[in-house]
Amino acid sequence: MKKPNDTAVAVIRIQNLCKSFGTNKVLDQFNLELYQGESLVVLGRSGSGKSVLIKCIIGLIEPDQGSIEVLGQNALALDNVELDKMRTKIGFLFQSNALYDSMTVRENLEFPLRRHSINLSQESVNQLVMEALESVGLEHTVDLMPSELSGGMRKRIALARTLILKPEIILYDEPTTGLDAITSLEIISLMKSINERYHTSSIIITHDMKCVKLAADRVAILIDGKCYTEGTYDTLRQSTDEKIHPFFQ
Amino acid sequence: MLHFPPLPENTRLFLRDTGEMSRFIGRFFVEGLRPRYEVAEFIHQCFAIGYKSLPLIGLTAFIIGLVLTMQLHPTMVYYGIESKIPAMVGIAIIREIGPILTSLIFAGKIGSSIGAELGSMKVTEQIDAMEVSGTNPFKYLVVTRTFAAMITLPFLVLIADAISLYGSYLGVNIYENLSFHLFYENILDYLFFIDVLPAFIKTFFFGFAVGIIGCFKGYYSTKGTEGVGRSANSAVVVSSVAIFIIDLIAVQITDLL
Repeated sequence: MKKPNDTAVAVIRIQNLCKSFGTNKVLDQFNLELYQGESLVVLGRSGSGKSVLIKCIIGLIEPDQGSIEVLGQNALALDNVELDKMRTKIGFLFQSNALYDSMTVRENLEFPLRRHSINLSQESVNQLVMEALESVGLEHTVDLMPSELSGGMRKRIALARTLILKPEIILYDEPTTGLDAITSLEIISLMKSINERYHTSSIIITHDMKCVKLAADRVAILIDGKCYTEGTYDTLRQSTDEKIHPFFQ
Repeated sequence: MLHFPPLPENTRLFLRDTGEMSRFIGRFFVEGLRPRYEVAEFIHQCFAIGYKSLPLIGLTAFIIGLVLTMQLHPTMVYYGIESKIPAMVGIAIIREIGPILTSLIFAGKIGSSIGAELGSMKVTEQIDAMEVSGTNPFKYLVVTRTFAAMITLPFLVLIADAISLYGSYLGVNIYENLSFHLFYENILDYLFFIDVLPAFIKTFFFGFAVGIIGCFKGYYSTKGTEGVGRSANSAVVVSSVAIFIIDLIAVQITDLL
């Protein structure tokens, strides 16, 4: 596994991760490291286990075997309180945005702040909400319902909700799926600017090659439950390997 | 070594669902009794489930009381016992018709709404989002809704009974002039505490059944929007059947007392 440079610190270290659903082995001795400040894209075919991988990292799915170290902690050995604490440091952007339909944009953004038992005054909460909305350029939507927003706006609001706890790591699950080409580019450039502004590290799950090209510092390819190979976009694009080549065609 | 023939698919699915449901109910009690208690969400659900069901349940109860009285009147007059209409309608409504009818309407309105809401939250990953936001979704969604259904239904039944009896009073007054005082006196002459209490107690179980079944169907919803529709539908059907089964058991127990 190559480090981007010698001083890079791994914020996520996954070793020999295995996960099966019935007889379907989704992850099989999977290994990966995410270094501080980098954007790592995990590329793979639909149903190859990419989303399962990041759901294992955040603790939504329990793996069968292996270890996951997040910010120096063994994520699989944490109790509920410690797991919640760890989750404040990890943002998760869901593929379907997962905005709460019955809540306004403001309530959606306030929800993680209130639920993670962080003691904040109403004034501080308002300030954080507006700051997060400002970072995605949607301050004017604060009192709207998710149903009143377009697909791209919903994605941005979901991103703002992810940012509100100022996470050190962000996990993006198919961030451009279902968006038109222009909105996809806007979301990708927003992801990049967030990485620079908040100094976050990120894992991006996608099969959108434009997203891979523009957002990835490093690309890992998931095939048959294993990290088949990794490298920069340009290196992998030139590969003649018959399993890698089709992704870049 | 004994070899059993494989179970038919429907039986296997029924047994699997029953097992999952039992586990779900067990988890409800474990999570429900352990802090942190979601008091604010529980109060919000009592309002959404109880208060907002009141107009529909009140209207239905009123019509049932009125229609039941009007339908009974010719027969009672034929036998010369029309003076017993208030007592007859009162006992029927308080012991059986009120609890059952209110619970079935409640199952239709609330069971389907819980099933569809949780189902749609499941398929759009809102339940997962809740979990990563430091919330136990089972406590926040299932425990609060089930407790709210369990607590509000008995009170809805009491209100429905009162409205239904008022409908009956108006029904009686279509044919003859009877004072409100005399109408209720006539009911209370034949109605005893033993009639009221079991009818009230069983509605807690009806409420629990509607809440937990709606939550179970929604929480384990799959297959996208089609699955959400199926969850809502199945929540109504299963909770309606559960209400009749609980009623049957409650009547047997009441008869023993």
